[in-house]
Amino acid sequence: MFDPTTRLNHHIVKIRPSGIRRFFDMLDEMKDVVALTVGQPDFVTPWHIRDAGIRSLEEGKTYYTSNNGLLEMRQEIAAYQKRRFALEYDPKTEIIVTVGGSEAIDLAIRATVNPGDEIIVPEPCFVCYAPLVELAGGTPVPLPLKQENNFKLTAEELKSAITPRTKALVLAFPNNPTGACMTREELETLAEVLRETEVLVFSDEIYAELTYDYKHTSIASLPGMRERTVVIGGFSKAYAMTGWRLGYTLAPAVLTKQMAKIHQYGIMCAPTTSQYAAIEALRNGDEDIERMKAEYKARRNLIVERLRAIGLPCFLPEGAFYAFPYIGGFGLSSEEFCEKLLYEKHVAIVPGDAFGSCGEGFARLSYAYSVRHIEQAITRIGEFLKTL
Amino acid sequence: MTIKNEILSHLENDAHLDAATLAVMLGEQEEAVKREIAACEADGTILSYKTVVNWEKTDRRMVRAFIELKTIPQRDKGFGAVAERIAQYPQVRSVFLMSGGFDLALFVEGESMRDVALFVAEKLATMEGVTSTATHFVLQTYKDNDVIFEQDHADQRGNSW
Repeated sequence: MFDPTTRLNHHIVKIRPSGIRRFFDMLDEMKDVVALTVGQPDFVTPWHIRDAGIRSLEEGKTYYTSNNGLLEMRQEIAAYQKRRFALEYDPKTEIIVTVGGSEAIDLAIRATVNPGDEIIVPEPCFVCYAPLVELAGGTPVPLPLKQENNFKLTAEELKSAITPRTKALVLAFPNNPTGACMTREELETLAEVLRETEVLVFSDEIYAELTYDYKHTSIASLPGMRERTVVIGGFSKAYAMTGWRLGYTLAPAVLTKQMAKIHQYGIMCAPTTSQYAAIEALRNGDEDIERMKAEYKARRNLIVERLRAIGLPCFLPEGAFYAFPYIGGFGLSSEEFCEKLLYEKHVAIVPGDAFGSCGEGFARLSYAYSVRHIEQAITRIGEFLKTL
Repeated sequence: MTIKNEILSHLENDAHLDAATLAVMLGEQEEAVKREIAACEADGTILSYKTVVNWEKTDRRMVRAFIELKTIPQRDKGFGAVAERIAQYPQVRSVFLMSGGFDLALFVEGESMRDVALFVAEKLATMEGVTSTATHFVLQTYKDNDVIFEQDHADQRGNSW
């Protein structure tokens, strides 16, 4: 009998299903769970943005756009990046509108990685980088970040990870799951190392708008970095637009040209309705960002204080919407801790090792939830700790 | 935003927040937040802490009407005298001075339409200075005090990472 299992791609077969997925499957089976697991805003997309998407449908704008996205949209992205982050990109040759930041990451990796290339992936981090590198035939090189450095990447750590085979560095700040951010000065120390090398940077800046203590700096804005950097941006976090699936790449024309081929053959173009909505977001959405950011900041302060109060050490995350407390002092692995918490107190948080083995001993708590919900969850965690 | 305005906008959204929680959220000292709140209560910036209730979910019957009122402004007092007198009635939930085709806009509540109609006919229409009234009954509340009614509050976000 024909057996399809012998016909599969060996790269994909080798990739393990993500640990976080297994945990979510468990969670989906349970009722009455107070979850702090979701990696997306609890706000609905602001109405004027939704309305622009709806209007585009009413006007019959249901066609494909040009492969790289509506030129109007790319022009607005360029204007927005210049206004908010002092980055300058040519809408015609240096910007591709993608299906979420995820596709943008995939494009950067697939357009540059050859078999044998090493990609440095500082961990803990979002789960997609290493598998996508493996799919492209490259070798992800995990670089464990340390809590004592507030999970920032240091120049020494970077230097020690670079080998002659290093093709690129994944730089994901503000970070999911730690909430760590990098200041301009800190990025400058990395740039100093990188300028001496041929290493590219994939700078995943999907959380760029959500920093609470200082403004986000893109590494591409530092001298000598633009030509080696692919900036990955998107709408999901800043405008609460996760379901619209819209992101983009900013990269020198040489790189953009190659990424565009993957995008046009694999995707064709990003959803048209989403692009029209996003144009409105870029033009008139700055205030929405500030409003949601103020709310996240208040919740960040609250969740960190509450975690510390129940006895879980937690460094102050400077961005994104996650707290990453240390839960290792109870003789349980992160996974055991989170499973026990889920079954005994019906509170769901994500074990830190889902984001890289150095995340062991930690857990990710999303604060994209109401204050009351957060308080309820932390109270239950506090009760749980007393039973350990 | 000033710290005072930040406190006010949080409280406007959730009156349950206590000073200690607000202090943590805003990165301020609890004492400082308490002082701000006390000052706002004292000078009338904070007027009241209320709950938005959807009475449709209860067995209590109640009717709400929006009333347009025309009045004769009085010397020295303008529309204030009539408005202030009207505001005294517990049936009257809100009173606004309006621009445009009428002078005062009222929201009035009662147990039945007859209740409200009688109140308008007996108390409002007969009041000195009131020249006409037009009563519009509320059929359904979709949104009130920033709150959308009859909304599905379940968290439908997918757990994708």
